Amino acid sequence: MKRLEILKTYKIYIGGKFPRTESGRFYPLENKQGKHLANICLSSRKDFRNAVVEARKAFGDWSNRSAFNRSQILYRIAEMLEGRKAQFISEIVFQGGTNKAAEVEVDLAIDRLVYYAGWCDKFTQIYSSVNPVASSHFNFSVPEPTGVVAIIASEKTSLLGLVSVVAPAIAGGNTCIVLASENKPLCAVSFAEVLVTSDVPGGVINILTGKSKELHTHFASHMDVNAVVYARDNKEEIKVIQQTAVNNMKRVFVYDTIDWNKQESQGPELILDTLEIKTTWHPVENIGSSKAGY
Amino acid sequence: MSKKPVLDFTSTWAYEPAPESTDHINIKKQYQLFINGKFVNPVKGKYFTTINPATEEKLADVAEATDEDVDKAVKAARVAYEKVWSKMPSKERGKYIYRIARLIQERARELAVVETLDSGKTIRESRDIDIPLAANHFFYYAGWADKLEYAFPGKNPKSIGVAGQIIPWNFPLLMAAWKIAPALATGNTLVLKPAETTPLTALILAEIIQESGLPDGVVNIITGAGKTGAALVNHPGINKIAFTGSTNVGKSIQKAIAGTGKRSTMELGGKAANIIFEDAPIDQAVEGIINGIFFNQGHVCCAGSRLFVQENVAEKVILKLKDRMNTLIVGDPLDKNTDIGAINSKEQLNTINKYLKIGKDEGAEFYQPSCSVPKKGFWCKPTLFLNASQSHRIVQEEIFGPVLAVQTFRTIEEVIEKANNTPYGLSAGVWTDKGSKVFNLTSKLRAGVVWANTYNKFDPVSPFGGYKESGFGREGGLHGLAAYLEV
Repeated sequence: MKRLEILKTYKIYIGGKFPRTESGRFYPLENKQGKHLANICLSSRKDFRNAVVEARKAFGDWSNRSAFNRSQILYRIAEMLEGRKAQFISEIVFQGGTNKAAEVEVDLAIDRLVYYAGWCDKFTQIYSSVNPVASSHFNFSVPEPTGVVAIIASEKTSLLGLVSVVAPAIAGGNTCIVLASENKPLCAVSFAEVLVTSDVPGGVINILTGKSKELHTHFASHMDVNAVVYARDNKEEIKVIQQTAVNNMKRVFVYDTIDWNKQESQGPELILDTLEIKTTWHPVENIGSSKAGY
Repeated sequence: MSKKPVLDFTSTWAYEPAPESTDHINIKKQYQLFINGKFVNPVKGKYFTTINPATEEKLADVAEATDEDVDKAVKAARVAYEKVWSKMPSKERGKYIYRIARLIQERARELAVVETLDSGKTIRESRDIDIPLAANHFFYYAGWADKLEYAFPGKNPKSIGVAGQIIPWNFPLLMAAWKIAPALATGNTLVLKPAETTPLTALILAEIIQESGLPDGVVNIITGAGKTGAALVNHPGINKIAFTGSTNVGKSIQKAIAGTGKRSTMELGGKAANIIFEDAPIDQAVEGIINGIFFNQGHVCCAGSRLFVQENVAEKVILKLKDRMNTLIVGDPLDKNTDIGAINSKEQLNTINKYLKIGKDEGAEFYQPSCSVPKKGFWCKPTLFLNASQSHRIVQEEIFGPVLAVQTFRTIEEVIEKANNTPYGLSAGVWTDKGSKVFNLTSKLRAGVVWANTYNKFDPVSPFGGYKESGFGREGGLHGLAAYLEV
């Protein structure tokens, strides 16, 4: 008798653990030919709230880590993904992609992680300034992470769209909750398995599956979320998010026209979006005014 | 330490009045709208009155812009953007901005006196802070006009289009400068709406802009109240809203522009913590507390309105603070000796008085010095609320007046927690002798501006703006350019 295949249960990823959705609901995922691929968790508002709690808890540690350490961990994610490339390619193919396109997507995703790994300990230098004020003060501005970022990833890709928005957010020292593509969620869940083996502390990245239609208002209204990133092009959802995010003045970033397959879709500006600029003033004992010089 | 004021200004140290002269000031009876380089009557012919809050006397009638006027102004700005300003070589743009800076300096005394008359702020502050800083902002951003590619290396930054700018009444000319200078330097045109209680210096600025020869329509200044502002926000011809004001109004603006693709920057409210450690230089810290909360009558979004004193020095700090408050001179804003001027409007005075009542009702200990205030005009004595707690409304809510809520703390962890326990995140102050403590604290405070061993310092080269519900975007410095460019 032919060996019976073990099917994978796709769960969500919250606080470094893999729970099933609190709602107990799921949606069936089918490929273009109508073949049933898996039952995917239909995350609820409660799942999202749990994820925010975990992301907030993780924020102190993650934002306090050295930039070098964050950089090492992002690179480690890339390493682990490279090692499990075949799985991701087959999942993309499983969801209807061609072999060639799947390879390109996974390669791009890995390279993108490496790209942002490199930025972790550099963006502070390019976005900081020492400001020559007219008074006798030392005045400087440095970026800091904004906090917990809620992300609705692109619907178009399985892995690349998710990596492209998560990587800049965590490179900047934020923690995040990301909603995976509804049509192509398989790689997102498997990516969580990469994360747990990549030294990423639990709670730094939380991955939910489900429908933006059900969740986007909660992403925008939750009072302990500092920023919302929306990488889809539904105009109605964009409007609602921008209206609802006002409750606690969340920063809202809409990437509705970015094609994540392009090299130009990556850049430090995406890191800057979820950063705050802090300016510190400190008095200077003005020895220069005594005309001492060197 | 004595229980009575150490410094007795009433006997041996009497200050002679030193009023600034108003002889050379010519305030017109009526001010029109500044649209497309000309002063024009409002379409509906409506005017409102602006008064001197220190005397309640009428200063001038000012045009109220309605939807039709807003539309005219936005259209003028669009034509100027497309035909002239976006096409002009950037170094020429810069030269116009330099001209404006120089003209502000030339008319500095006039601007300072009018600012004081219209807003109630002291002449000492308008002369030494508001007006010079406004000129400096134009100087600073003028120089950026032809150097933008250095601000964003590897990018080719482009102007956005027409900016709608709405500014508050607390720093009327300075806020106009904060908004106009970077918008012009980055190649945008604009429509600015000053606050209805303090429109006069912006209208003098309109005269200056006319005198500078700036092409028609590049800067349009329209006066009015909330309705005018709403018309500007909702006008489809606006590409970007720059707003400074209350968090509530900021939120309603954000809601109004949701889904429209309009860009925005928001400088909103604050409830800053000013933290005094036991090892701080106490006398300087007391000056810092005074400056932190009583500067501009406390009408400052970044005012140090929550004082945290380490427990073992609290008694000493509070005694010295009370002594120092007794020396503050409250009264005629035009007198060069005056420390605290008039509250900007009757409405604002009512708000402050409401909070004074709330503070007392909540059980905080109330203290005001025994100074006298003029009979006419809007006045509030400098006020302390001692033994305030985190849940008190005077600790949680922005009062925008000379009212300081005092709390104590024991440990660094405690004060960080308390200081960050607010929806706002605009500014903070730290006073300690220890450098490592300064940098530990400044990195842990969730605020856009942190003053260490100083307070309420501003400079055009220094970015300003908040975390959380204090808004987003930065004004000033290199970071202030980004808000006006597509990068």
